[in-house]
Amino acid sequence: MTTPVLSIRNLTVEIPTRHGLFKPVQNVSYDIRPGEIRGVVGESGAGKSMTGNAIIGLLDEPAHISQGEIWLNGKRIDGLDADQKRRIRGAEIGMIFQDPLTSLNPLFTVGEQLVETIQLHLEVNAAEAKERALALLERVSIPNPPERFNQYPHQFSGGMRQRVVIALALCSEPSVIVADEPTTALDVSIQAQVLDLIKELAAERQVGVILITHDMGVIADTTDEVTVMYSGEVVESGPTDQILSAPTHPYTKSLISAVPRPQKKLHRFPQVSYGGRQTTFKIEDLARNWDKSTASRNGTLLEVQNLTKRFIERGSILPSRRKYFTAVDQVSFDIKDGEVFGLVGESGSGKSTVAKMIGTLHEVDGGKVIFDGEEVTAMQAEGIARYRKQIQMIFQDPFSSLNPRMKVAQIVAEPLVHHKLLPPDQVGARVAELLDRVGLTKGAGQKYPHEFSGGQRQRISIARALATQPRFLICDEPTSALDVSIQAQILNILKDLQEHLGLTMLFISHDLPVVRQMCDRVGVMKNGQLVEVQDTETLFASPQHAYSAQLLDLMPRLTQLSD
Amino acid sequence: MLPFIIKRIGQSFLVLLITGVIAFSMFRFVGDPIENMLGQERTAEDVERLRGQLGLDQPVPIQYVKYLAEAIQGNFGVSYRQGREVSEIILERAPATLELAAVSATFAVVLGIALGVFTAIRRDGFLANFIMSASLIGVSLPTFLIGILLIYLFSVELNWLPSFGRGEVVDLGWWTTGLLTESGLKALILPAITLGLYQMTLIMRLVRSEMLEVLRQDYIRFARARGLSDKTINFRHALKNTMVPVITIIGLQLGAIIAFAIITETVFQWPGLGLLFINAIQFVDVPVMAAYLMMISVMFVVINLVVDILYALVDPRLRASST
Repeated sequence: MTTPVLSIRNLTVEIPTRHGLFKPVQNVSYDIRPGEIRGVVGESGAGKSMTGNAIIGLLDEPAHISQGEIWLNGKRIDGLDADQKRRIRGAEIGMIFQDPLTSLNPLFTVGEQLVETIQLHLEVNAAEAKERALALLERVSIPNPPERFNQYPHQFSGGMRQRVVIALALCSEPSVIVADEPTTALDVSIQAQVLDLIKELAAERQVGVILITHDMGVIADTTDEVTVMYSGEVVESGPTDQILSAPTHPYTKSLISAVPRPQKKLHRFPQVSYGGRQTTFKIEDLARNWDKSTASRNGTLLEVQNLTKRFIERGSILPSRRKYFTAVDQVSFDIKDGEVFGLVGESGSGKSTVAKMIGTLHEVDGGKVIFDGEEVTAMQAEGIARYRKQIQMIFQDPFSSLNPRMKVAQIVAEPLVHHKLLPPDQVGARVAELLDRVGLTKGAGQKYPHEFSGGQRQRISIARALATQPRFLICDEPTSALDVSIQAQILNILKDLQEHLGLTMLFISHDLPVVRQMCDRVGVMKNGQLVEVQDTETLFASPQHAYSAQLLDLMPRLTQLSD
Repeated sequence: MLPFIIKRIGQSFLVLLITGVIAFSMFRFVGDPIENMLGQERTAEDVERLRGQLGLDQPVPIQYVKYLAEAIQGNFGVSYRQGREVSEIILERAPATLELAAVSATFAVVLGIALGVFTAIRRDGFLANFIMSASLIGVSLPTFLIGILLIYLFSVELNWLPSFGRGEVVDLGWWTTGLLTESGLKALILPAITLGLYQMTLIMRLVRSEMLEVLRQDYIRFARARGLSDKTINFRHALKNTMVPVITIIGLQLGAIIAFAIITETVFQWPGLGLLFINAIQFVDVPVMAAYLMMISVMFVVINLVVDILYALVDPRLRASST
């Protein structure tokens, strides 16, 4: 076995707080060998990123390493002063962050940022630095580097930007790269490309890679070794195949069982049971006083015909000179009573735009939306208000979809008050009931959204959506911002809603295993067009359209996972 | 880029047209100018004749168009009080105000940005906290009080600097400047500080909070992870991003410096446009007031136009979306 380039021994990070010492990382040890990719997996708050930051010397004050050692190429680096640490950063350890949209400075060209970094670490003149930069862009498969060199980050797509970020991390030929959720913000197809690139580069340049992620699929496909962390501690560590197929620690077992399987359909999602944090929610109870006169006139609750949306790409006074971008192109489908209809596709394929048009958040440029036999697109203000009461939306980001200045009780009460559904004196009781049913504790109503975790906030969103007793629910990527363990919880609530309340749903996601578990029928979108609509099982077994097949092919197989 | 500029210029003209209406309507509502111009012993024929001569018997919209047409050529009529061309008076007074404004704007921008960056980087330092607390004084004290305090301290007690006037000026033919003589420079210091202090503290606090915001961004973190030095990160990466919103405010404040020079000029008896305007108000010298109003609005509009163009130059994202 080769000697490790990086060794962490018994690393403990402390943050002094008002309530005493908090240790986000405790006694963590692992090694990285040249050319090896080590996955670090766990839910958010498990201390994965904090360990990465400690390695690269970027812990935010007042967090500090209180114990343990970090060895890089035979040198101990945890005790270095700020200036020496800075010299190692970027030179011997490179870093890749989660969000490629925000990790590049928007006011400097990509070339400027590359040359700056190269000249900082290597003794080369400007011309040589430029040459190296172009070679790096070429290496990370950016097409036409000489032209791209002079462009600004906003002219690159998300995947391209992440490639630039990787090029930046490689500038100084580091021996270790810390990649913190490098593909979480990317589409499945782009994710696969970026991970392949990381794999290739690790092997080709003998760089050790620490891949921090919460995605088991990424771990399974990419890493050689894996370290599982839970609340600051390593619970299990070893070769990836072995950990995935035969986990020994109960947390690992429960985490692996919570990963949605692409191969078969289960009735409910197994939840992570470790740590005694099971949340109970009682959707059945909600069903007792739920007005269930929801059967539509002809069995089809929502129908969409030739729906089209165009955005202006270039404005002009002359209509003939305007350039349009067709985000949604002649999309037609229908959703039956009590059905969960899935829409899948890459970002930019128009899924969310369809949802927003159905939710009357976007004007429709062509085609019709028909709800329970009535044409929504032809309705007057009064009809729209009635329609909006019957449909509700749950959005992707539970952090920005709740008003931070309002108490949770006010947030959930808002639809009731707005639509004047209950006399004011009954609103409070109804809100308390809704919060209780989605598994939030008694005092929750009097707190503000920032006091809750991502999963709890998404449950608040669900409570708000249920307040008007809607017949139709639009879920736009409801779990893509959440950890696997929390995801299972939210998806189970949604399943209960369908089962016990007979809700009809439009479920938008780019996560195919989740779609398989949730949906009865699925539509596949590409570049604004609906290329295929199928029963879920038929689609997963034998996709008809070439693009659907390609999408399914990119899905992480997870064959090593134990059952 | 070009359509964007054309659009902005179009909007600017609209704004000017509206302020033109306001300036013009002063003539109609502040009283009948004929009454002001003819004395007690006027006859009905005199009034009629003058009314016809001045074109005041024509319909209001036509009068307005004529006024605008003249104004565009720089002809704002004759001052009621001094009996001279308004444009001539304004040209005579403008250098004093523009010099004062330029000096105090430079003071405000340079010191404001420098202190803003300093207090942002040394966020918890003693000096930074002291500057932040002291800046509250600059924001909360009214201009005239600052002026009077400065006069008391530096002119009355210490007797270092003059308390009023412009000192000796050098006439360059088309421009009179106080920047070339010692007494002129000395006379400039107190009014420039008085006028610029509020803007300086405002810019400083704005730069500080913007900079703190930028320093929290991911790309700054990533720049650290690339091993860039603090100096490069603070002054190259962070400062440029900080300046994007700050430019707008600085632009608006430059307009404000010229417009609000009135108070400073009154306190220091500075022979500029502000003092001219105050005197004009006292004597209901409507042509001067109207011309001043038009001039200030042109200045604001031009500054805003320049700011918008600068904005697009600094921020490549704006450039792309506007072409």
